[in-house]
Amino acid sequence: MRRLFAIAAVGLAALVALFAAGTAHAQYTDGVIRIGVLNDMSGLYADLGGQGSVFAARQAVEDFGAAQKGMKVEVVGADHQNKPDVGSSIARSWIDRDKVDVIVDIPNSGVALAVNEVVREKNKVFLASGPASSDLTGAKCSPNTVHWTYDTWALANGTGKAIVRSGGTTWFFLTADYAFGHALERDTSAVVEANGGKVVGKVRHPLNTNDFSSFLLQAQSSKAKIIGLANAGGDTINSIKQAAEFGIVKGGQNLAGLLVFITDVNSLGLQTAQGLIMTEAWYWDMTDDNRAFARKFSAALGGHYPTMVQAGVYASVLHYLKAVEALKSDADGKAVVDKMKELPTDDPLFGKGTIRADGRKIHDMYLFEVKKPEESKHPWDYYQLRATIPAAEAFRPLKDGGCPLVGG
Amino acid sequence: MFEIFGIPSQALFGQLLIGLINGSFYALLSLGLAVIFGMLNIINFTHGAQYMMGAFVAYLLLQHIGANYWWALILAPIAVGLTGIVMERLFLQHLYKLDHLYGLLLTFGIALIIEGVFRNYYGSSGQPYQVPALLQGGRNLGFMFLPNYRAWVIVFSLVVCISTWFVIERTRLGSYLRAATENPALVRAFGINVPRMITLTYGFGVGLAALAGVMAAPIYNVSPLMGSDLIVVVFAVVVIGGMGSIMGAIVTGFALGVIEGLTKVFFPEASNTVIFVIMAIVLLIRPSGLFGRAA
Repeated sequence: MRRLFAIAAVGLAALVALFAAGTAHAQYTDGVIRIGVLNDMSGLYADLGGQGSVFAARQAVEDFGAAQKGMKVEVVGADHQNKPDVGSSIARSWIDRDKVDVIVDIPNSGVALAVNEVVREKNKVFLASGPASSDLTGAKCSPNTVHWTYDTWALANGTGKAIVRSGGTTWFFLTADYAFGHALERDTSAVVEANGGKVVGKVRHPLNTNDFSSFLLQAQSSKAKIIGLANAGGDTINSIKQAAEFGIVKGGQNLAGLLVFITDVNSLGLQTAQGLIMTEAWYWDMTDDNRAFARKFSAALGGHYPTMVQAGVYASVLHYLKAVEALKSDADGKAVVDKMKELPTDDPLFGKGTIRADGRKIHDMYLFEVKKPEESKHPWDYYQLRATIPAAEAFRPLKDGGCPLVGG
Repeated sequence: MFEIFGIPSQALFGQLLIGLINGSFYALLSLGLAVIFGMLNIINFTHGAQYMMGAFVAYLLLQHIGANYWWALILAPIAVGLTGIVMERLFLQHLYKLDHLYGLLLTFGIALIIEGVFRNYYGSSGQPYQVPALLQGGRNLGFMFLPNYRAWVIVFSLVVCISTWFVIERTRLGSYLRAATENPALVRAFGINVPRMITLTYGFGVGLAALAGVMAAPIYNVSPLMGSDLIVVVFAVVVIGGMGSIMGAIVTGFALGVIEGLTKVFFPEASNTVIFVIMAIVLLIRPSGLFGRAA
């Protein structure tokens, strides 16, 4: 008898659940909002995005309270291996077969630019937190894309300007030879020249280079005051480490890490990284909300702390869910992005902000200096704030980007 | 000062020297591969992972028991070599009679597992390891600034390479080894324990990889990916030199380091493909490699 009752209860519960699901999810395509986190899960950019970004997306879904609101949200992750062809074929099969509605993250501008086109063609949504190339909101801008965290223009504007103004007037670039490196070099050169500096040379190295000594020697013989590192991840780590070995800084030249993540600083150690100046959009030890997020993150990811890219994944997913909720639909990607632009952004990690017509998310950027080993009081206590770049000045003016979406 | 193809000669000397230094890593790694292939007929794809393990053992020794670089130089090859011996006893010894492909697949699989495990625990961006105090700083050679550590790398790896070559090609022990690969049954008839000799040879080859890893730790980041980045290039070196040829591996390692270094000056974008272009040309003209004997 008791068993019969139990079966009946379970059956009833299932029926209720089914009914509830039927009413609450009717407005979303196939009843589920699927978020695909696409990034480098195994290579040189895995620590700055990777599983940490998947965690950040899940955390955003949880904090949004999707379950309580009756929205069924799933987060999936995949490894693009830093190959544009792999990335765009994952994006296609996600959208066509697995009914993914929004693709998030994508560090590596080469892959991001490829997926940008796929998402536009399929009318889904791309929340770009990982990639740097400012082309995503410039010539290649798309009505389906929001570029959240940072871009090459903002990095150049922050770090480049600060360094030229403090006397670093001649530059030599060490550039990663793909879309991102080229964009960062171009944007930084423009800032250097606009502020009265001069670019005396450059060398382009393949992505994922082990030994930079040959390039550093070329930089050394250029006699430039500043060696600008237009690369990222493992490439930046090895350049900085080997520059120390070759006595570049002792010889009177200085390094400018144009894109340095906190995971890079952790991996270099403060002994080598101290004094480095960089521009970032987010640092964990700035507000209580940031610290709370970092603690959760660190507990879930074996002691690692979040990068600005992972924070950007969290914030952009949260804002996306708000827009979908307001629209009551995730079917039309362009409409969702229009809604995201219309709603002011407000989240625990980036505070209040806006998204411009070209898809650029606008917020403050920060100029940090890496602490000396003796100034660091606890694990991952790495940055000293040098300056806050106000939102209005932090990003490329709307009219200069050449984005076709910007009217007039 | 004169110029060569628009590059000042002084800069060019610097680049040649740097090429030699990078070449010494290629030489050390391809030497281990050549020893293993020559004696065991195994294409050891785990070599990159074992190189990475060498660097990690150095890092862990420093972190946990405070053993410095010099201790690591001795202990890491032994520790990693022992794991190699275990691996040979458990898996590889069953494969000698089978096609090369089986050994390649097995070692490749093991390499992926090892890298995955390290990536899981240490992340992909790597751990810091400082240059030992004794070798910090550098000297100005007039045409370039040579860090002391790099000078040490080149001298030490030359010594290791030449002694390995000497042991295998010029001593009685080496002649046993070579005989055992040619005709194991006959050598066993003379009362020599061939399986044990083969096991120790694998351990030695793996130890060489770990040694290269320790030497790389202060220059490159100690990262789980450091081996897989390098292993493909090193295989190309071995193919160019001739599979199994000890001297071929050493000479080609240094030579390709220099060629790669020069490419970084004249056409930097192509610096990670030049070795494969050379490999393709060599395979077309001399399929058994520059120093290999025709099969």
